[in-house]
Amino acid sequence: MSKRLLLIEDEPNIIEAISFILSRDGWQVTSHVSGRDAVDRIRREAPDVVILDVMLPGKSGYDVLQEIRNDDALSGLPVLMLTARGQDKDRELALRAGADRFMTKPFSNTEVLEAVRAMVPAA
Amino acid sequence: MISFNGLVAICLAYVVLLFAVAFTADRLARLGRGRWLRSPLVYTLSLSIYATAWTFYGAVGSAVRSGLEFVAIYLGPSIVMFGWWWLLRKLVRIGRSQRITSVADLISSRFGKSNLLAVLVTLLSVVAATPYIALQLQSVTVSFEVFGASTTAGAGAEARASNSPTAFWVALGLALFTVIFGTRNLDANERHHGVVMAIALEAVVKLFALMTVGIFVVWGLSGGVPETLARIEASELGQWQIDGGRWAGLIFLSGAAFLCLPRMFQVLVVEAADEDHLRTASWAFPAYLLAMSVFVMPIAVVGLDLLPEGSNPDLFVLTLPLSQGAEGVAVLSFLGGFSSATSMVIVAAIALSTMVSNHIVMPLWLRLTGGRASISGDVRNVVLTARRVSIVSIVLLGYVYYSVSGGGAALAAIGIISFVGVVQVLPSMIGGIFWRGATRTGAIAGLVTGSVIWLYTFFLPSIGLPIFSETLMAEGPAGLSWLRPQALFGIGGIDPMLHALLWSLSLNSLAFFGGSVLSFPSPVERLQGAQFVNIFQHSGGPRSWASGVAQTEDLLIMAQRILGPQEAIALFAREARAQGGRGDLPEPRPDFLETLERELAGSVGAATAHAMIGQIVGGTSVSVQDLMAVADESAQLMEYSARLETQSAELSRTARQLREANDKLTRLSVQKDSFLSQISHELRTPMASIRAFSEILRDSGGLSEAEQSKFASIIHDEAIRLTRLLDDILDLSVMENGRVHLNLREGRLSEVLDRAVASAAAGEGKGAMEIRRNRATEDHAITTDLDRLAQVFINLISNAQKYCEAARPRLTIRVQDLGESLAIDFIDNGHGIPREARDVIFEKFSRISDQKAGGAGLGLAICRQVLERLGGTIAYMPGEGGAAFRVMLPRGAALAAAE
Repeated sequence: MSKRLLLIEDEPNIIEAISFILSRDGWQVTSHVSGRDAVDRIRREAPDVVILDVMLPGKSGYDVLQEIRNDDALSGLPVLMLTARGQDKDRELALRAGADRFMTKPFSNTEVLEAVRAMVPAA
Repeated sequence: MISFNGLVAICLAYVVLLFAVAFTADRLARLGRGRWLRSPLVYTLSLSIYATAWTFYGAVGSAVRSGLEFVAIYLGPSIVMFGWWWLLRKLVRIGRSQRITSVADLISSRFGKSNLLAVLVTLLSVVAATPYIALQLQSVTVSFEVFGASTTAGAGAEARASNSPTAFWVALGLALFTVIFGTRNLDANERHHGVVMAIALEAVVKLFALMTVGIFVVWGLSGGVPETLARIEASELGQWQIDGGRWAGLIFLSGAAFLCLPRMFQVLVVEAADEDHLRTASWAFPAYLLAMSVFVMPIAVVGLDLLPEGSNPDLFVLTLPLSQGAEGVAVLSFLGGFSSATSMVIVAAIALSTMVSNHIVMPLWLRLTGGRASISGDVRNVVLTARRVSIVSIVLLGYVYYSVSGGGAALAAIGIISFVGVVQVLPSMIGGIFWRGATRTGAIAGLVTGSVIWLYTFFLPSIGLPIFSETLMAEGPAGLSWLRPQALFGIGGIDPMLHALLWSLSLNSLAFFGGSVLSFPSPVERLQGAQFVNIFQHSGGPRSWASGVAQTEDLLIMAQRILGPQEAIALFAREARAQGGRGDLPEPRPDFLETLERELAGSVGAATAHAMIGQIVGGTSVSVQDLMAVADESAQLMEYSARLETQSAELSRTARQLREANDKLTRLSVQKDSFLSQISHELRTPMASIRAFSEILRDSGGLSEAEQSKFASIIHDEAIRLTRLLDDILDLSVMENGRVHLNLREGRLSEVLDRAVASAAAGEGKGAMEIRRNRATEDHAITTDLDRLAQVFINLISNAQKYCEAARPRLTIRVQDLGESLAIDFIDNGHGIPREARDVIFEKFSRISDQKAGGAGLGLAICRQVLERLGGTIAYMPGEGGAAFRVMLPRGAALAAAE
C-alpha cells in the first residue's frame, strides 16, 4: 500500500512537477489549490504527509498549518512547507507554526523527495 | 593748671571713647541686637547736632551782644518740631519710601530724578556748609588756645588762633574719624548706627557740660537763683529791646534751616529708624533746646560782671570757670564744646560727602567708564573711595575757609550766613511735597535765583573778597545803585540778614512758582510728584524695620519663588555657614545681600533684584526709577522670550517636517521591502517550475515523447512569463521615476482598440470571451503615445479575460465623447470587484487573493502610471454589474505631464 500525499498548491505547473516526481517514487499524490477548505480536504483524505504552499488563495499556508496543529486528530501529521519567499523570517514563521520541514522555491526535486521520504519512513 | 598736652590727651581719650561707642553700636546693629540703639531717645539726642559749637559757645556771646536774640535760633526748630510735626512726618515717610539719601536726592527725585538739580543743591550745600565747618574748627581751635593762653597768662589767644597748626590737626582728626565711621560700609539706606550712637553720647556730654557750667555759675559764683535774677535785672542786657523784624526773621530762618540743613536732613530723615520716633522728639527735642538755653543768660551776665573788660563773650562758657580756677568744670565745658563741634562736622561731612559722591563723582565716573561694570563690586569701591575723598575734601575746605577768612568774625554771624544759604532749598522742598504742579524748571529757576541773590547779597560780602570793595557796597556795581548788595532795588537800611533772607527767598519762591506754572512736567516728574504729594495714600501705614531674622525669612520666601526651593535653601544654608552662625538662616549682612542680589539678578535682572531686596531689607517701597528699570528688563526678557518662542516654533516646525520626512521614508522603506518580497515571490514561482521540470528532463529516464514535449513547453512558457514580469517591473520603475519617453503620434482611437483586442485574443489563447464594441462611437482622432495606450487597453481586456467568471464571459467597450476628453469604458459581466478591494487594485502586486492569479499584479499599476503620463486617468466604475474600468483620455495635445 503506497503512502498518500496531499499537495496544497495553487500553481498548476508546480503541482504537475511535484506530482510527477513523487508518483514515480510510488506515492499516491492528490492536490488541492485553495487554502480556505484545505483542512477539510486533509480530514477527508487523511494523507500520510502534506506539502503546503504558503501563498495560497483564500487562506495562507501558515493559517492552514496552525489549524492542523490545533486539531488533535491531525496534530502529528508531517508537513513540508514550500514558499517562494526566501527570507529568514519566513523560515522562522513556518517552523514556529509547526512545519516539520521548510523549503524555498525553486527547490531541488531530489531534496523534496528525500524530505518527504524522511518524514514518513516507508512501512 | 592743666597743660596743653594734658588737654590733648583728654581729647584723645574722649575720641577713643566715641570710637568704642560707635564701634559697639555698629556691631550690635549688625548682629541684629541692640534695638534700643534705635530708640526715640537716641533719635532725639542725635537731632541735637543742631546745637553746634555756635550755640554752645556763641549763644552766650549772642546774649551779650543782642540780649535774648539767641532764643530765636532755638525757637525756630522747636516750632517746627512741635508745630510742624505733620510736615516732618511727611518728609520722613517720603525719605523712607523713596530711599532718599540726602536733601539733594530728595529734590532731584521729586523733580524727575534730575541730576542737574542734585548738583545744584549739592554745590549750594557745600558752599553754605563750608563756613559752618570752619566755624566749628575755629571754636575747637580757639578753645584749645584758651587753655594754652591761660597757662601763659596771655590775652592774645584768639589772634594766634588762625595761624596755629592746631586747627589743621583738629580738621585732620575729624576727617579721619568721619571717614572711619561714616564710610566703613555702604548701607543701602545710608544709615550709620555707630555714628548716630556716638552723636547721641556727645549730645548728652554737651548738655551735661553746659548745665554744669550753669549750675557752677548760678550757685557757685552768683550765690543762688534770686541773686542771679537780680544781676540780670541790673544788667544792661535786661534792657534789651526786641527788634520785631529780625526776631521773626531769625525764628523763621532757624526753623527753615532746621529742615534744609544737609546734616539735619541726615539725622532727621535719612537716619530715622521709625516714623513714630518723631512723636517723642516733637516734645523732647524742644525740651533739650530749652535746657541748653536756660543758663545762657546767667552765664552772660555773670561773665560780664566778673571777667575783665574786652573778654570775648563767645568764650565765657570756658573762660568763666577757668578764671575762677574751677579747672574740672572748664575741662568739662571744653569737652562740651568739642562734642558740639565734632558731632556737627562729622554728620555734615557724611551728609555732604553722600551728595558729592552720589550726584557729582559717581555720574562723572560712570560717564567716564561708559557705564561698564555697573553691577560689579567695582562700583562699591569707587563709591567708598569717593565718599572718603569727599569727606576729607569737605573738612579741608572748611579748614581753608577758616585760614583764609582769618577766623575773626563773630561765630554767630557765620552761622547765620550758612543758614540763609541752605534755606534756598525750602521752596523746592515744601513746594515739591505739597504741590503737584511744581516742576523741575521751577525748582531750578528758584534755586538758581535764590542762590545767586544769597551769594551776592550775603555770602560774598562776608568773606571780604577784594571786588566787594566798600565802593561797590556803597554804590553798587558800575554805579548801578539799585544793585547795591545790601540794598537791592534801592531798599536799604534794613538788617543785612533780613535783607538777604527776604530778597533771596521771595524771589526764589517767585521763580519757583512762575517756572512751575509756565512749564510742563515730564511723565517721571508727574509720577514722582504724585508719589511725594500723596505719600500717605501710597505707602500704607508706618512700618518699623523688621528684625534681622524676619527679614531673612522674607528674603528666603522671595528667593524660593525665584530660584526654586532647593536652590534657595541651599544658598541660604551655605551663606549661614560662611557667616559662622547657627541655624540655616544667615544674618542680612551686606555681603550676604550682595550675593543674594547677584544670584537673583541672574534670574530676574539686576534692577528687579535690587528693588526686591531693597523692598524687603530697607522696608522701602519701589521707586519709579526702579519700576522703570524693572520694566526695561521685563521688556528685554519679553523680547528675548519672544525670540526664543519664534526659534522654538521654527524648531518644532523643522522637527515636524523631519518627522514627516522620516515617516515617509519609513513608509517607503516598508513599501520597498514588501516590493522586493513580492518580486522575489513572483520570480521564484516560475523559476521553481523551470527548475523542477528541467531536473525531471535531465534525471528521469524513460520519459515519453509527449511528456518531454509537454515539460519543455512548460519551461518555455514559464521563461516567457518571467521575461514579461521583468519587463513589467522595469516599465513601472521607469515610469515611476518619470524617465519614460513618450512617442506621441496622431492616430485613431478605433485602430488602437482594434490592435488591443487582437493582441489580447492572441495572447493567452482564451478566445472564449465575447467583446462588444460600437465602432461608430470610436472614430476619434487622438494624439498620444499610441503603443502605451494600446498597452493599457490590452491590460484591461486580458484582466477581463482572466478574471471574469461568468459562464459566457462578455466585455463591452463603450466610448463617449465628453467634450474635453474621451471616456473609454471596459465593462465585463462578471461579479465585479469587491468594494473593499477597489481602493487597492491600482497598487503594485495587489491581487484579489481568492482568484487564480495569472499575472504578478502589476497590470493596473502600470495602467495608472501610463495614463498619468498621457494626461488622463483610470478609475474603477461601481454600479455597472461586473468589473468596470473607465479610461479618460484628453483630446488633442492636452498632454499634461507628457515629458
